[in-house]
Amino acid sequence: MHAMLAKGQEPRSEEAPFSILDDDGNVRGGVQAPEVSDEKAIALYRGLLQVRLVDDRMMKLQRQGRLGFYMLSMGEEATHFGGAYPLRASDWIFPSYREPGAFFWRGYSIKDYTNQLFGNAEDPVKGRQMPVHHSAKWINMVSISSPVGTQIPQAVGMAWAAKISKKEDVALVYFGEGATSTGQFHVGMNFAGVYQAPVVFFCRNNGWAISTSGDRQTASSSFAIKALAYGMPGIRVDGNDLLAIIAVMEDAVERARKGLGPTLIEAVTYRRGGHSSSDDPSQYRDPAEVVRWEAHDPIERWRRYLEQRKLWSEALHEKFTKEITDELMVALKHAETVGAPPVESLFDDVFAELPPHLLEQRAELLAMPRAKSGHGS
Amino acid sequence: MPVMNIIQAVNDALKLEMRRDARVVVLGEDVGKFGGVFRATSGLFEEFGKDRVMDTPLAEAGIIGAAIGMALYGLRPVPEIQFADFIYPAYDQIVNELAKFRYRSGGQYPAPVVIRTPYGGGIRGGHYHSQSPEAYFVHTPGLKVVVPSNPYDAKGLLLSAIRGEDPVIFLEPKRVYRAARGEVPEGDYTVPLGEAKIVRSGSQLTVLTYGAMTHTCLEAAKQSEAAGFDPEIVELRTLLPLDAETVLQSVRKTGRVVIAHEAPKTCGYGAELAALIAERALLSLEAPINRVAGFDTPFPYTLENEYLPSPDRVAAAIKQTATF
Repeated sequence: MHAMLAKGQEPRSEEAPFSILDDDGNVRGGVQAPEVSDEKAIALYRGLLQVRLVDDRMMKLQRQGRLGFYMLSMGEEATHFGGAYPLRASDWIFPSYREPGAFFWRGYSIKDYTNQLFGNAEDPVKGRQMPVHHSAKWINMVSISSPVGTQIPQAVGMAWAAKISKKEDVALVYFGEGATSTGQFHVGMNFAGVYQAPVVFFCRNNGWAISTSGDRQTASSSFAIKALAYGMPGIRVDGNDLLAIIAVMEDAVERARKGLGPTLIEAVTYRRGGHSSSDDPSQYRDPAEVVRWEAHDPIERWRRYLEQRKLWSEALHEKFTKEITDELMVALKHAETVGAPPVESLFDDVFAELPPHLLEQRAELLAMPRAKSGHGS
Repeated sequence: MPVMNIIQAVNDALKLEMRRDARVVVLGEDVGKFGGVFRATSGLFEEFGKDRVMDTPLAEAGIIGAAIGMALYGLRPVPEIQFADFIYPAYDQIVNELAKFRYRSGGQYPAPVVIRTPYGGGIRGGHYHSQSPEAYFVHTPGLKVVVPSNPYDAKGLLLSAIRGEDPVIFLEPKRVYRAARGEVPEGDYTVPLGEAKIVRSGSQLTVLTYGAMTHTCLEAAKQSEAAGFDPEIVELRTLLPLDAETVLQSVRKTGRVVIAHEAPKTCGYGAELAALIAERALLSLEAPINRVAGFDTPFPYTLENEYLPSPDRVAAAIKQTATF
């Protein structure tokens, strides 16, 4: 065990969250850091960088009108990798809409990612959902839903199913602090506690739910403390400290896999960008707050940590930047040239097979002139 | 052949399928040791144990949300919602999640969950133990909606539903749970979804109905017959997908239609049937389409027999339509 994860502890917000690395990338005294191999540590850096670079490009495309909508993760990237890294490939992740790094870590390509954003014929979800609503069964990444919190009881059901099927699989479910206000959070936590389901609840507390600040979501002294009411441990971790997240995740996953039940993790981080490309945070929060958090950037902290381990160099950074940018450029060019999904696919996957009324409606649509354009982007 | 009521037939189907397919699990409020408030899951806990017959906390959104997760993982959950009136806390999980999972994931994540729930009035249950919510679910692309009226169909349709690849809302007519008895074959058989059944052949007009109202309509037909009318009764059995062919064939033959259901009239399932007939068989009609439905009020307690379409009301509608 790296961090205190005993039932009955009271993770209060006035206390500093569990942290291993300081902002300079030094391992704090007196804490036991998890072992991350050189190779993995570098791969994690590449992943963090990829999310930042991809986000940056996609926001620009959105502003240029080439992409309909986007949601960026700036400042929260460590939560994507800290959650996904300690899992086995056979474990399942129920994401919300702000963890693209978890997809990338499991092998979702920039090409898949870009095709989804453009809703084109090669989109893994066949152009059925808005940008950033990915789904990748081949890597056990479950389909994303826009209403917050709905994935929480589903993750519990999957974990419960694994348990009764005598499998070792664990579920990780991501959600923002806003989702803790929903009934779905309550029923999911409660079911998991009662049935000791092997699930890790990962609350990305990024301070803001669109314009609603954290203190309007709860009167509790923290989000992690809510775990106590469900009979499970809750822990607050520095959400910009990748090593600390890995540490608490490793503990939580181990507990789940050993049959010791669920854990709630509150990762304290900050949403430096808007909620989405449609949002304007300058309308509701002090820009100085954003500047303060820039000093705690999770990628810079990991970079400094790698530097301490003599694993980082400017040349390595440039190499990764070039590789990622090249891959992204190819993917974008491709995504913009691939057309919309075939019109008849509109009716597929409503059911396993097309019932008569959908066959009729499909024939009706196909007999009509085509709409001006699939909006594709 | 054994004679069963609907509860016993549902129970028989669940047992049979749980023996046949280890992926089938049952979850819900009081479904385990107690065997369900209507006893539909009686004996399952003893035979299959707590890992396959799960008493859940009292939260419908949790029951359906968890069932979805189980289905994604490869199980075949058959959750029970104790009364259809209690299904609304799970509404988001059903209409936004369950119904759309296959579609929104581009076909990657099917979620074959069969939600069993007793529906309908006539048990002096007031508005929280009497509602007929079928229209909400028929209106949601991605869900199949099934309503049996008798033990034979209940078993055969439930087996089809559990073996299918799609989510199903399986509405059980609790007013006739015990009253509707009939022969049910032992062992395995299925009744396919999407096939209506002519439960009384007639030449003069078509009565379209489903669920517990089937029995009301059959009684009304006896009265009508005595008065010299000859109605045909088509029991839909599956509301989605609808067996439109059987419906339209009967309407084209008789030229006159009465539609009967318990649910409120406005935007009830009968409205869809009326529209279908108007679209496809208008020129066969000899009389206006006549809907006999629950009133557009909340379901009442004391006056429930006034609210529910009675055999008299259906018989009156038959007479009105036949003599138009």
